[in-house]
Amino acid sequence: MRKMLSLISSALRLSAGRTGSRVVVSARTYADFTPQATFDIKKCDLHKLEEGPPVQAVLTREEGLQYYRTMQIMRRMELKADQLYKQKIIRGFCHLYDGQEACAVGIEAGINLTDHLITAYRAHGYTLTRGGTVREIMAELTGRRGGIAKGKGGSMHMYAKNFYGGNGIVGAQVPLGAGVALACKYQGKNELCVCLYGDGAANQGQIFETYNMASLWKLPCIFICENNRYGMGTSVERAAASTDYYKRGDFIPGLRVDGMDILCVREATKFAADHCRSGKGPIIMELQTYRYHGHSMSDPGISYRTREEIQEVRSKSDPISMLKDRMLNNNMASVEELKEIDVEVRKEIEDAAQFATTDPEPPLEDLCNHIFHNEPPLEVRGTNPWVKLKSVS
Amino acid sequence: MDKIRNEQIRGTVKVEQFGDKAREARLRWFGRVLRRNRGYIGQRMLEMELPGRRRRGRPQRRFMDVVKVDMEMVGVKVEEAVDRARWRQMIHCDFQLLQVTVRDALNQAMDEELERDERVFLLGEEVAQYDGAYKVSRGLWKKYGDKRIIDTPISEMGFAGIAVGAAMAGLRPICEFMTFNFSMQAIDQVINSAAKTCYMSAGLQAVPIVFRGPNGASAGVAAQHSQCFAAWYGHCPGLKVVSPWNSEDARGLLKSAIRDDNPVVVLENELMYGVAFEVSEQGLSKDFTIPIGKAKVERPGNHVTLVSHSRMVGHCLDAAAVLAKEGIECEVINLRTIRPLDVETIEASVVKTNHLITVEGGWPQFGVGAEICARIMEGPAFNYLDAPVIRVTGVDIPMPYAKILEDNSTPQIKDIIFSVKKTLNM
Repeated sequence: MRKMLSLISSALRLSAGRTGSRVVVSARTYADFTPQATFDIKKCDLHKLEEGPPVQAVLTREEGLQYYRTMQIMRRMELKADQLYKQKIIRGFCHLYDGQEACAVGIEAGINLTDHLITAYRAHGYTLTRGGTVREIMAELTGRRGGIAKGKGGSMHMYAKNFYGGNGIVGAQVPLGAGVALACKYQGKNELCVCLYGDGAANQGQIFETYNMASLWKLPCIFICENNRYGMGTSVERAAASTDYYKRGDFIPGLRVDGMDILCVREATKFAADHCRSGKGPIIMELQTYRYHGHSMSDPGISYRTREEIQEVRSKSDPISMLKDRMLNNNMASVEELKEIDVEVRKEIEDAAQFATTDPEPPLEDLCNHIFHNEPPLEVRGTNPWVKLKSVS
Repeated sequence: MDKIRNEQIRGTVKVEQFGDKAREARLRWFGRVLRRNRGYIGQRMLEMELPGRRRRGRPQRRFMDVVKVDMEMVGVKVEEAVDRARWRQMIHCDFQLLQVTVRDALNQAMDEELERDERVFLLGEEVAQYDGAYKVSRGLWKKYGDKRIIDTPISEMGFAGIAVGAAMAGLRPICEFMTFNFSMQAIDQVINSAAKTCYMSAGLQAVPIVFRGPNGASAGVAAQHSQCFAAWYGHCPGLKVVSPWNSEDARGLLKSAIRDDNPVVVLENELMYGVAFEVSEQGLSKDFTIPIGKAKVERPGNHVTLVSHSRMVGHCLDAAAVLAKEGIECEVINLRTIRPLDVETIEASVVKTNHLITVEGGWPQFGVGAEICARIMEGPAFNYLDAPVIRVTGVDIPMPYAKILEDNSTPQIKDIIFSVKKTLNM
């Protein structure tokens, strides 16, 4: 008996050592949790579509935990970036994504890693879902050599496989995304491209040029407008004659989705992906979401909206809380389990922040590298005629 | 179906045109007859008049009639027949090196690259069914179809962005701007999305794209359609910019551009499209490429260096021909590439000639010539200059319409000659 107890306790201590948290000897085992549940989700508004995504979504326990974990990582990462920016360790532009986690995680849940994605400058969340690690992302923000772009890009220019950034020029990423979709169609691999832009960018002319060509050539492109109600400091009512962004594509079918509910986003994305893959051409999704921070770190975010508004969204529609409540109410996870995940996530972020602050900056020899791809080494003029710098690709 | 011109077949097997050969035979016999003794029956036959009544209608063509025309064509006189060797040399017809227009050179280059690599495709306004606004892509749509040759709506910013996105995702697009004036609408995609991406992503994301189209002044198209963008694109790191002059340049540089894994801007010239040049057999091979970043000395000389690009190279050569008659030997350099600039070739030439003149069609301020001046000053060649570098450029005005005004807005041969004489203190 004693031997058995000691065996169990040593096993528990071992697992405790790995996760670094107190092991709660719970009375409930994993077998007690509901493996999956069906949830009612909001119906989407449709434009030029006969039927929309289903109004019910099935969530399994594994999926729930994975979404929770990813969203929590994203939230903590952005908050950490906020902290580091205020400490002046991150400089320049820093556009934070907290509040919009359900969009990034939901979209990724609806497509495959072999599909393609491109977004604008509020890109940290997507870099994560597309395969970037927190360490690489944070080191890129602090401009260190361990960054995902070796410190050369910064907050707005992060790249990963099948992820084309991170683009600084508002709206320019939309034609690029359609081009990626063209390549998908050309190469016939049944892949599609998700092309994101904001409510501010939705008024750019090149987006309408892209709608025209994507529709004409039936490109497998999902245009997603992340409507977080403010384009920098301008509310949608002051910027757009028509705020029905899902209808702006005119001849392109569209749907308006609750962007704070991850299941809603996931189902809508799956629906849109099916639409594209069946050769019907592009489709538009408007995700109604919200950002807690201002436009960027230099914007406190309260001059054009009230603190009450931000508080209201945080308390009523926070994506992470919503998922958490759903899982707890349906016995899909325990409070302790989720707390455990929180602690793990916190540690991961701390670890990454530590790396990001201590990793050395890129070497000066790297200054002129990577101008070209696959190019023999060339000489680059420095700041004065005697400084001749070397560039390798 | 493949279209192969007769000239190409003849050039490849080195066979002359039959009519030319027949002419040579006639003149050869004629010379032989003239060199025979007086009284040779053949000589009398030359001037023979048929007896009898003249028939109605046009008189029959006689041998002498044909030979007179032949001699005019070849440029010989009866007196020259006495010297057999010289006569033979003058009437000899050589097989002609293939004459290819710049338009056909570009067309062939694209055709061969489309065939060679599945990922290459062409998009732009009117490139498919219209055969190209300037007929540069003639026949390509018929051969390759809708997938590879894509007509776009009039949306430069949109389709340039689409082309860049396709390049990012693994294809190798050729994006045609109907003229580079319209590229200004899309210049953000060329610079911010194409040129800078490899650097911003630390080499993770390549953009193997070609932007091509006619650049610079045309004829009578006025201010909005006549700007030269060599300086604008040449300013930006991350881009390569080439500016072909003749057919060989056009073929080689466009092929290199398509095979390059980086964004390349190919600045063609509308007035050069219809001009034919001799292309060597090597220049016609399917793998003929010209390295980007190397200039070519088109004409060696000792007294002054003329550096130019695109159409102005022709003007420089014409000016050099005129000056040669006065004993001034100009070295004419065809830049071929604007960025990266081949300063070494220019410097080597300046060391030899001690005088430098740059000739371009674009505006003077912040132009290609200005950059060459700065580079020469910063380099070793400065110490070899006997006079300041002179820039011959387009007039610093928007291009006017009236012919007399337009003609006086771009460098003419007399301007180049004037500048040469000025720099040589003549």
